[in-house]
Amino acid sequence: MVLKETENLSFECETGNYHTFCPISCVAWLYQKIEDSFFLVIGTKTCGYFLQNALGVMIFAEPRYAMAELEEGDISAQLNDYQELKRLCLQIKKDRNPSVIFWIGTCTTEIIKMDLEGIAPKLELEIQVPLVVARANGLDYAFTQGEDTVLAALAQKTYSNSQQRNSQKTNSREQEPLILFGSLPDSVANQLTLELKKQNIIVDGWLPAKRYSELPNIEPGNFVCGVNPYLSRTATTLMRRRKCKLISAPFPIGPDGTRLWVEKICAALNVIPQGLDIREQESWDSLSDYIKLIKGKSVFFMGDNLLEISLARFLINCGMIVYEIGIPYMDKRYQKAELDLLAKACANNNVRVPKIIEKPDNYNQIDRIRDLQPDLVITGMAHANPLEARGISTKWSVEFTFAQIHGFTNAKDILELITRPLRRNSGLKELGWDKYNTEI
Amino acid sequence: MKLAYWMYAGPAHIGTLRIASSFKNVHAIMHAPLGDDYFNVMSSMLERKRDFTPVTTSVVDRHVLAQGSKEKVVTNITRKDKEENPDLVILTPTCTSSILQEDLQNFCYRASLESKSDVLLADVNHYRVNEMQAADRTLEQIVAFYLKKAEKNNQINSEKTKNPSVNIIGAYNLAFHNQHDIAELKRLFMDLDIEINEIIPEGNSVQNLKNLPKAWFNVVPYREVGNLTGEYLKNNYDMPYIDVTPMGIVETAKFIRKIQQILNSLNCKRSYEQFINNQTRFISQSAWFSRSIDCQNLTGKKAVVFGDSTHAVAMTKILVKELGIKVVWAGTYCKYDKAWFTSQLEGLCDEVILTDDHNLVGDLIAKTEPEAIFGTQMERHVGKRLNIPCGVISAPVHIQNFPLSYRPFLGYEGANQISDLVYNSFTLGMEDHLLEIFGGHDTREVITQSLSADSDLIWAIEAQNELTKIPGFVRGKIKRNTEKFAKQENIETITLETMYAAKEAVNT
Repeated sequence: MVLKETENLSFECETGNYHTFCPISCVAWLYQKIEDSFFLVIGTKTCGYFLQNALGVMIFAEPRYAMAELEEGDISAQLNDYQELKRLCLQIKKDRNPSVIFWIGTCTTEIIKMDLEGIAPKLELEIQVPLVVARANGLDYAFTQGEDTVLAALAQKTYSNSQQRNSQKTNSREQEPLILFGSLPDSVANQLTLELKKQNIIVDGWLPAKRYSELPNIEPGNFVCGVNPYLSRTATTLMRRRKCKLISAPFPIGPDGTRLWVEKICAALNVIPQGLDIREQESWDSLSDYIKLIKGKSVFFMGDNLLEISLARFLINCGMIVYEIGIPYMDKRYQKAELDLLAKACANNNVRVPKIIEKPDNYNQIDRIRDLQPDLVITGMAHANPLEARGISTKWSVEFTFAQIHGFTNAKDILELITRPLRRNSGLKELGWDKYNTEI
Repeated sequence: MKLAYWMYAGPAHIGTLRIASSFKNVHAIMHAPLGDDYFNVMSSMLERKRDFTPVTTSVVDRHVLAQGSKEKVVTNITRKDKEENPDLVILTPTCTSSILQEDLQNFCYRASLESKSDVLLADVNHYRVNEMQAADRTLEQIVAFYLKKAEKNNQINSEKTKNPSVNIIGAYNLAFHNQHDIAELKRLFMDLDIEINEIIPEGNSVQNLKNLPKAWFNVVPYREVGNLTGEYLKNNYDMPYIDVTPMGIVETAKFIRKIQQILNSLNCKRSYEQFINNQTRFISQSAWFSRSIDCQNLTGKKAVVFGDSTHAVAMTKILVKELGIKVVWAGTYCKYDKAWFTSQLEGLCDEVILTDDHNLVGDLIAKTEPEAIFGTQMERHVGKRLNIPCGVISAPVHIQNFPLSYRPFLGYEGANQISDLVYNSFTLGMEDHLLEIFGGHDTREVITQSLSADSDLIWAIEAQNELTKIPGFVRGKIKRNTEKFAKQENIETITLETMYAAKEAVNT
C-alpha cells in the first residue's frame, strides 16, 4: 500500500543552479538558541559580507558570532592554523567566556584542507573550552542544512556530558528515553514537549538544548525523532554513531503533520494516542478563515530551505494545488514518512501529485512560472521583487525558517504567512496596476 | 586570521558585480559555491529592482573540487549567451574560486569562440582589493576592452560633439543616493548648457562605449569608482577629467569653475560666475541657512565624521567651512587612499583616522563624545547606544538609505538636503537637552560596557541622582571627568561634593 503511494511521486533533478542562503546562516538562529555558545565562522570576506547583510540588524546587537577572516598568509600556509585559531579563541574566551565555541568550516577551509577536526581536540585541551567543528559550506550544503551539520557534530560531542539522566533512570521509568532533535525557539519546543506529555510521553531531552551544558545524554537504544525535514545527517549520526532508534515520522508542521508525528512517536513507544482526533479537528477549525482564502489556489515552490515537502503537503490538505516542489536536496529515507503523507494528501484531495524537482534550475523554473501563472510562488528574495513586478504574488521562503511553524498551535502562523501576499494583493487589485516591469 | 564582526567594504566580486549589473544587457557569471549569489538579494531588496539581477552562478561543488570545472563554466557561459543574448558575459571569480587556480582565462577564451557575446574575465585579486577597488578596476577594464575593440574595427568616434559635452563616470548599482545624485548632475549640466554625452555604467549599453571620446571632458563625481577610467581616457584620448566632488556649496562652485576652465582651454568661452552667484545666494537655500541665526547655534558644536573617502571629505568640508561646526576627527575606511584623504583634510580637523575596524571607530566616538555623528549605518548604531544623534552620509547602508523621494547629496539641491540632515541631527540633540532639563523621560544609563572603561568607583545615591539630572549628551563626559578627578584625589565614593569639586577642578 504505502509503497504504491510513494511510487506515484515523481522525482526529477535539474542543474542545481538555484538561489539559496549559504549554510553558514545557521549561526543566526543557533547562537540565539544555544545561549552560552559562540560561533566562529572560519572563512573569507565573502562569508562575512553574507552574514552581515543577511542578518541585518542582528549584527548590531553584539551577537555571539564572528568571522575568523582568512588572509593571504593563511591561504598560502605562511601562518600556522593552530596558532592563529588559538589566538582568536583565547580572545573570544577572554571577551565572552562561552561554554562552547563552534567552528564553522567554510568553502575556503575545505579547499585549503584546513584540518579543523584535527586541530580542535588539541586546542580544546589547551584552552579549556569545548570546541565543536561543523563543516557548513556551500560546496556541499544549502541553507538549513547548515544546522544539520552543526547538530550532527553536536550529537557526536555529547558523550562527556552530565549524567543527570542516569539518576532519573534509576527511578525505573517504563519508557525508553526519547530525544527530539532540531533547533526550535524555546516556546515551540515547550509546546511540542507538552503535546507529547498529554500522551504520557516524557521528552528526555532536546538536541540542541537551551544551553550547551544542558545537552541530553544520548545512549544506545534511545529513541530519537526529528522535528525538521533537513536533519538527515543528524539522524544518521544518531543512528550509526550513537546507536539510537530513529522514529520515522512526518514533521510536526501543520495539524496533519503534527498529528501523525505524535502518533508515530506513540506507536514507537507503545502508547495508544488519546484525543488526537479532536485536537487535530480543532486545529483545522481554527484555520477555516484562512483556508477559505487559499482553497483552489495554486502554489509553486522554487525550493531553497528543505521545508518544501512538509509545507506542500500541508497546503494540499488546505485545498491548494501545488504545481511544483523545488527542493535543494531530497533524502528519501529520512523524509519517507513525510513523502508518504504527501502522496496520501494528494489522493485524499483528489489532486495531481506535484513534481518534486531536486537541485532546481531557477532559470527554467521562471520559464515554467511564466507558463503556469501560479497564484503564489514561494521563493527567495532574489526573485521575489522581479516576480511581483510581473504580477505574480510571492512569499519569501526564508520567513518559514524563522517563523514559528511547528505543532498544532502554530499552524495558523504558516497560513498567516501564506495568505499575506494574497490578502495584500487582493486589497490592491482595484488599482489595476499589477505589472511594473519594463520588459514584456 | 583576523577576528571580524563587521566590515565597511565588501569583497572584491561585489564591486565587479555592481559594475557588470549596472550596464544594460551585460550578464555576470560567478564562479562560486552555492549561496555566494547573495548579491542578487541585495540588488533586488535594497534597490527594489524590478528585473531579475543579471547574475548567475557556475556552481563550484565537490565535483569541481575533485576534477576541476571542466566544461561547466564554458557551458554556463554559452548557455547564458543563448538564453539572454547579452552583449557581454563577464566571468567573475570569487575568493573561493581564486584559490582553486583554475585557468578561467582559458574558459573565457573558449566560450568566446562559441558565443555571440563578448566574454571577459574580471581581473581582480580577491585577497588584495576590496569592493570599491574592484569596481573601479572592472569599469576601466570594460571601457578599455570596448574602446580597443572599436579601434580595431575603426568604429571609434572621436570627433567631438559640436556643443560642449560631458561623460559622467559614476552611475552604478547599490551606491549611496546615486540615482538622485546623477539626476542632480544632469540638471546642473543642463543649467550650464553642456550636453551629456554618455553616463556610465548604469543603464547604458556597452555598445555605446565607443562614443565616449566624443565628449569634451569627463567628470568622476566619486573618488572610489571611476578614477581609473577617467585616467585611462585622459591618457589614451587626451580627455581632461574633473575629480572634484560637487558636494556642498563651496565644492560645487569649485567643480563648476573647473568646467569653465576646461571649456575655456578648449576655446569655448564660458563664464559661470553669474550662475554660481545666483545659485548660491538666491536659489539654493543652504548658503543663506548657514548665515541665518538658526545656524549660529551650531557654531563650534563638536562633530565627528566617518565614511568612504568621497563623502567623509566632502562632509567635513561642509561642516567646517560652510556651517562653522568643529570636526574633532574625520576618518575613512578606504585605507588605501590615505595620501589623498589626509591631504584633503589638512587644517580642517584635529585628527585624521584611517581604519576599517568598527570597534575602534566606536571607541573613538565614545571617547570624543561629539554632539553629532556623521557616518555609516554602523556609526548610527553606535550613536543609538551612546544617545548621540547620527546622520548617515555614506555606505554601507540599509534599505532606508535607498529613499523613494528625491534626495541627492550632490549639487545645489544636494547642499539643501545636507543642511537639513545636519540641522536635524543637531536639533534632535537640543530637544533632548531641553527634555532633560525639564525632567524629561529618559534617564537610562547609556554608556555600555564595551564603549567605556569600567571603574571600581562607587557613586553615592545623591550623586547618582544628580548625574541623571545632567542632560544626556554631556552626562557621559561629566561622569568621566568626575571619576578621573576622584581617582586623582584617591576618593573611593563619589558624593555630591566630589562632583562639584570635580567641576571646579575642570573649570579652573
